[in-house]
Amino acid sequence: MKLTLFHILLVGCGGFLGAIGRFAISQYVNKKYSFKLPVATLIVNIVGSFMLGMMVGVEVAESIYLWLGVGLMGSFTTFSTFKLEGIQLHVDNKWNIFIIYNVVSYGGGLLLAYMGFALGRLYI
Amino acid sequence: MVYIWVGIAGFFGASLRYIIGLFLFDADVYFPFSTLSVNLLGSFLLAWFTFKLVHKYSISAKWKAALGTGFVGSFTTFSTLSVETIVLFERGSLFLGILYIFLSISGGLLLSNLGFSLGKGGQTA
Repeated sequence: MKLTLFHILLVGCGGFLGAIGRFAISQYVNKKYSFKLPVATLIVNIVGSFMLGMMVGVEVAESIYLWLGVGLMGSFTTFSTFKLEGIQLHVDNKWNIFIIYNVVSYGGGLLLAYMGFALGRLYI
Repeated sequence: MVYIWVGIAGFFGASLRYIIGLFLFDADVYFPFSTLSVNLLGSFLLAWFTFKLVHKYSISAKWKAALGTGFVGSFTTFSTLSVETIVLFERGSLFLGILYIFLSISGGLLLSNLGFSLGKGGQTA
């Protein structure tokens, strides 16, 4: 991979859509439901892991990967919000939820990424 | 309208992640240092930003969503972390995959907590 303006724009355009998608889901989920677990972040992270796993499994072309993989799915999912929510659970002494949130995020993320990857492999 | 600002900030967050990734990328090294670096840095930034700037200077909801959710949220990524771990496992690097997950879990919480403490400290000082 090399540093060209075109590649940066591809990633940026994907990032534009990914950030809006993540924000829209969090607005929708937080308005409609109230869960003890930060479900919105969990959903985007697990779904995004599956989608990116599939792209890597299928071995999509570089420009498609930069746009939809690095840009769209990279921005649709987030690590910083996930960690901040963990710290907030820790500050509130909600240890059970803290542990469940981490186990489901990492366990689910890895499992779904693998399933996406394996599914993508079937096509090549 | 706030959606457009979140998107524009996401454009820059994702681009910056990609550019840093290119600079940190080393074909000889078998470990995803670039994703780990942006994720740890972003964890610190988001917590610090949320508690320092937002609480202290009461930034508007629009700017909070754009900078926090849009920019830092897109700068960091979870899907790449999951997939890179799976790729490490697929290559047979079980140890590196577990090390990557361990560093992400502990380092992310540590830096997020540091940003939180520094942000809070600034608020009460």
